[in-house]
Amino acid sequence: MHHIKLIWIFFRIGMLNEMAYRVNFYVQLLQSVLNLGTAIAGLAIVFAHTDTLGGWQAVDILALLGVFMFVGGVIRLVIHPSMSQFMEDVRLGTFDYTLTKPCDAQFLASISQIRLWRLTDVFLGLGVLIAALIYKGLGIGPREAFAFAFALCTGGAIIYSFWLMLATLTFWFLRIENILVIFQSMYEAGRWPIGIYPIWLRYILTFLVPVAFAITVPAEVLSGRLTPESLITSGLLCAFLLFFSRWFWKRGIKNYAGASA
Amino acid sequence: MRHYSAIYWAFLKISLLNQFQYRAAMSIWMIGRILEPIIYLTVWSTVAQARGGHVGAYSPADFAAYYIVLMIVNQFTFSWIMHIYDFRIRQGELSNLLLKPIHPIHSDIAENIAYKLMTAVIIFPTAISLFFLFEPHLTFHIQTCATFLLALGIAFFMRFFIEWALSLVAFWTTRNEAINQMYFTLGLFLSGRIAPIDLLPGPIQLLADALPFRWAIAFPVELMLGRLSQDQIVNGFAMQTLWLLAGFVMIKLIWRVGVKKYSAVGS
Repeated sequence: MHHIKLIWIFFRIGMLNEMAYRVNFYVQLLQSVLNLGTAIAGLAIVFAHTDTLGGWQAVDILALLGVFMFVGGVIRLVIHPSMSQFMEDVRLGTFDYTLTKPCDAQFLASISQIRLWRLTDVFLGLGVLIAALIYKGLGIGPREAFAFAFALCTGGAIIYSFWLMLATLTFWFLRIENILVIFQSMYEAGRWPIGIYPIWLRYILTFLVPVAFAITVPAEVLSGRLTPESLITSGLLCAFLLFFSRWFWKRGIKNYAGASA
Repeated sequence: MRHYSAIYWAFLKISLLNQFQYRAAMSIWMIGRILEPIIYLTVWSTVAQARGGHVGAYSPADFAAYYIVLMIVNQFTFSWIMHIYDFRIRQGELSNLLLKPIHPIHSDIAENIAYKLMTAVIIFPTAISLFFLFEPHLTFHIQTCATFLLALGIAFFMRFFIEWALSLVAFWTTRNEAINQMYFTLGLFLSGRIAPIDLLPGPIQLLADALPFRWAIAFPVELMLGRLSQDQIVNGFAMQTLWLLAGFVMIKLIWRVGVKKYSAVGS
């Protein structure tokens, strides 16, 4: 309960900050709509030449695009800005202030920055997803809905743990903000089903930069091609990474000396 | 002329030393430009296989060749000037450049060339690995390679001039994100990155003919693949020259008016 209240407080601070730059909302909206238009036009060009792509129909790929935008929106809404801020804080020594607060430091560092206007991507992604489902005839029962929610949550947690581990490296190597760019670049590959890529790239996108579990697996549930194995793998990997990233974080904190303090 | 070559040599050395400090960051920033062609190469090969081997005049091996060459052309012709120019004007950084007794575009060109030299160490081994991974259909003729290099050279300056000219809009707007985003979106479709131009719908192909994007990227790529007739090659070089001149004139005009308006916002 306490944690939910804290999230709400940070959300409100984020809102107050962004309200000072209201024009940015329109810039962000323009960007999100352009991105969506680009993605749909790209799909249209590809599907003008074929009916299925690696067994996926156009509408399934549209649902995949919805998940891609939604997850990407959540990353840019809170995970990316918070992790960048955290890395900056460690470098400048201001991370002291986070450590001295009477709350778990990992939790505080993970939600410290909320870029409210990025919600445009989250909502557009949801809209695309719902549109794709309606077009498909809403053929999902409670079982699929539950499996989808499970896949999305475990996938999201996998992505979060991965970001946390990348950011935690900053305790050892101070200037590595650019490491976050690796994820952003690789994330682009997620707008198409991972299954079409050559095997080496598939491995990279599944285990090295776990885009597959966050986007392809949830979208697979909706297009009715999910195997129980991938749900189980996703669950197990999620539990392992949450645990491991937490351990890694604690190791990192021990290494923190408060550079300038 | 000797005067300029000495200046360029100095600029080049400074940029190389400077950028060598950021070699890790530079390699990381290249991942996106390497991955994008691989993504579309895979997408189109999958489509070709689903249709029994071909999309238009392209087989999977042709797509492989197309996108590997495209990766190289895009790497060598791209510039980041549009991302930084509004910052330069907003923060008053341009004032320092104006004090130097030489047009600021020269240090930008030298810096870009230095970057291309540095990253050649990454892009060529990558291209060779992709060559073995995707087995492209690509033959090398001396004559084709020579015309390709010429087209690549013109494409570099043409793209650089146009993007430099467009960045100058920041003299009036001070923030260019929206304009840049439109430019990049257009470029994605019209330069042949999402799909070879032949596979785009008819009206979009006409638009691609008229605007510069196609001539900066798709033209050198198709030239290297040997997909163009003699007439198309001549036409392509004519369009490249036209846009090169247009970019040059745009810089001259916009710069003259813009600098007068410049008031070093930040300082």
